[in-house]
Amino acid sequence: MSFFLELLINGLSVGAVYALIALGFVIIFKATEVINFAHGSLLLLGGYVISEYTRELGFYVALLIGLTVAALGALFIERVLALRIRTADSNTLAIMTIGFDVVLTADLVRRIGVDPRSLVDPWGAETVSVGGIRLPVTRLWALGAAILLLGLFFLAFKYTKWGIAMRASAEDAEAATLMGIRRGRVAAIAWIVAGLLATVAVVFLVAFPTPGLDGSIIPVALKAFPAAILGGLDSTAGALVGGLIVGVAEQLTLGYSSDLAFLGRGFAEVMPFVIMIIVLLVKPSGLFGTRDVSRV
Amino acid sequence: MCLVSEPGAGVKSVSGSTATPVASVADEPTAGATSRPQRKIQRSLESRIKSGLGLLVLLVALIMPLYLDNALMTMGLAVMAAAVGAIGLNLLTGVAGQLSLAHAFFIAVGTYGYAYFSGSPGGVATAYGGLELPPPLGAAMAVALAGLAGLAFSPIASRLSGIYLGVASLSLVFLGQHLLFNWESVTGGANGRSVPNFSLFGFAFAAPQPGETQIILLNVPLGRNELLWYLFLVVLVLAYLFARNLLRGRPGRALQMIRDRQTAAAVMGVNVRRYKSAAFVVSSMYAGAAGVLLALFLRNPTPGSFGLILSVTYLAMIVIGGLGSIPGAVVGAVFVAATPLLLNRYADFIPLLATPGSGGIDAGTLAKYLYGGAVVLVLLLEPGGVAALGRRLLSTLTGSTRRQKERAAAPLDVSEPTVDSTDGPDRGTSHPTEGNRRP
Repeated sequence: MSFFLELLINGLSVGAVYALIALGFVIIFKATEVINFAHGSLLLLGGYVISEYTRELGFYVALLIGLTVAALGALFIERVLALRIRTADSNTLAIMTIGFDVVLTADLVRRIGVDPRSLVDPWGAETVSVGGIRLPVTRLWALGAAILLLGLFFLAFKYTKWGIAMRASAEDAEAATLMGIRRGRVAAIAWIVAGLLATVAVVFLVAFPTPGLDGSIIPVALKAFPAAILGGLDSTAGALVGGLIVGVAEQLTLGYSSDLAFLGRGFAEVMPFVIMIIVLLVKPSGLFGTRDVSRV
Repeated sequence: MCLVSEPGAGVKSVSGSTATPVASVADEPTAGATSRPQRKIQRSLESRIKSGLGLLVLLVALIMPLYLDNALMTMGLAVMAAAVGAIGLNLLTGVAGQLSLAHAFFIAVGTYGYAYFSGSPGGVATAYGGLELPPPLGAAMAVALAGLAGLAFSPIASRLSGIYLGVASLSLVFLGQHLLFNWESVTGGANGRSVPNFSLFGFAFAAPQPGETQIILLNVPLGRNELLWYLFLVVLVLAYLFARNLLRGRPGRALQMIRDRQTAAAVMGVNVRRYKSAAFVVSSMYAGAAGVLLALFLRNPTPGSFGLILSVTYLAMIVIGGLGSIPGAVVGAVFVAATPLLLNRYADFIPLLATPGSGGIDAGTLAKYLYGGAVVLVLLLEPGGVAALGRRLLSTLTGSTRRQKERAAAPLDVSEPTVDSTDGPDRGTSHPTEGNRRP
């Protein structure tokens, strides 16, 4: 039982980090109807910048620089996409982000090299025991930080001017523009927020007990896609639920892998995608997504 | 030889050959253009240039193996295998507007299907099986299997709206790779497995055994690579012609209409779900065929080569070549598949290039900058890709002015001003209203 609890808490913690990534993905989609396939490389960008400066300037300063650079990177992509956003359909824009992803990932992987880098975070490899369950401190911090950020985001989404503007333009873009909402600004802020969330996520994704930052973080970041999709691409609450489902399912599959040997080695890696397909078969727009209805 | 879509189709209805209900709607704006005889002359000049160009390319492709060295031959084989797959993906993504990242999975089905059906059991570290069927049968079954895999996924594919499909198709790549690594009795696991040589009616596409007579063409003895070159070329030409005919006929119009206005297509009597599924199946079969060619070319395929990055390179090919254009897909395949190999070959002559792993920019990374950057730039500056550039060049050469061309190939929604500078509705990418569509 305590093993199960340990897996569950681990899963919730990893899932909360996935939810951060998925949330960025969802708010970009809500604000601009763009599927951002470059999300993984933005995350890698933030992580890389932190790893560059963390030894010289300390973790927190490096984190600040990393957040800034990732936000600027996201803003750059948004600005380029904005040049075509009026005339291109969502497939074209999605393919453009794939182009950015190819270039950025190739460059960062080359810079990082073969050895995984540590971000030298202040939590190190400490563990705590709570009621007979041994957990890495990083996992608890991840859970705490994710809950805090998600809570802040949902409050901002509900009460700030930007949140209202964004919800309005997602609801009806034309009417929102007529009401004086500047869609360009809403979109830019959405991308910046997504870049920031991705950078926070990477800190916890590469912290203990994982080996560190290298190119293999991209497939890990890609698990946020099933999280976002199964929750519903245009639902922020869906991103949270989707992230938690993916995280818990993955950790449980990992923990009980010896009982699941018939599914092959490393099944935990593909578990998120299996869940996504099953959910999509039943609900083509995800658990909380709005259904795409066309009236004739 | 390489007419593509709408502009070509405009000619057809003028000369009165195809007159499907859908086609006639799409062609209505032509009525108000220039006087008919004049346009007919221009068109025939254009199409003559096009078919002349096509024949020239074919001729060059026929004599190339007699002059190229082995490294370039291998590159040519890689390019032709990629071109077949790219045509298939373009039918799905470019023509039908269904973004798919699962192409690598269907290619893998073709590769390992052929290796298993026609291969013999073997393996050193991990034993794998093989059915030892005749290679043509094995290849046909592999292509059919890829089609079946596409059919199995199509309940998901046809239900999901475009962008959900893009992400859902990601899952196939990951699941596929998991399967390839773990189903060792078929795939040989991480070490890969051997692939049988292709043979047709007792004629082997392989280096001749001692004692066998070797075919000599214009003083050049034909080895394995040369023979494979001609095999690949035949497959590519067949794939090209099939896709072109598909595009010109009723299915092509229906798919384009689904892409442009799904609701309108349904109203016009196009069975949207069925056509979407069919597009997925056809595209998967193309991928399967490309997979068989890839198997013959790689000789020892390993699961690692069928990851997400393979799907992305195929997307890059069709975007660079031009979404929805069949010759464009071939051009894109040449660019994307040949660049890394060429860069590797001439790495010593290119300044600033470092050896892989040293931290500098190596040939593989440079190739990724090039095609990733090309994808962004193409979509930014010329969403029709190389194909649109070619069309524009051609119309300049033949003297038809832009104005005429625009009117002749005006998109369905003529009432809305088009902001970007592409011509023709087959640019496949720009819809003025799409940006503010309701979610």
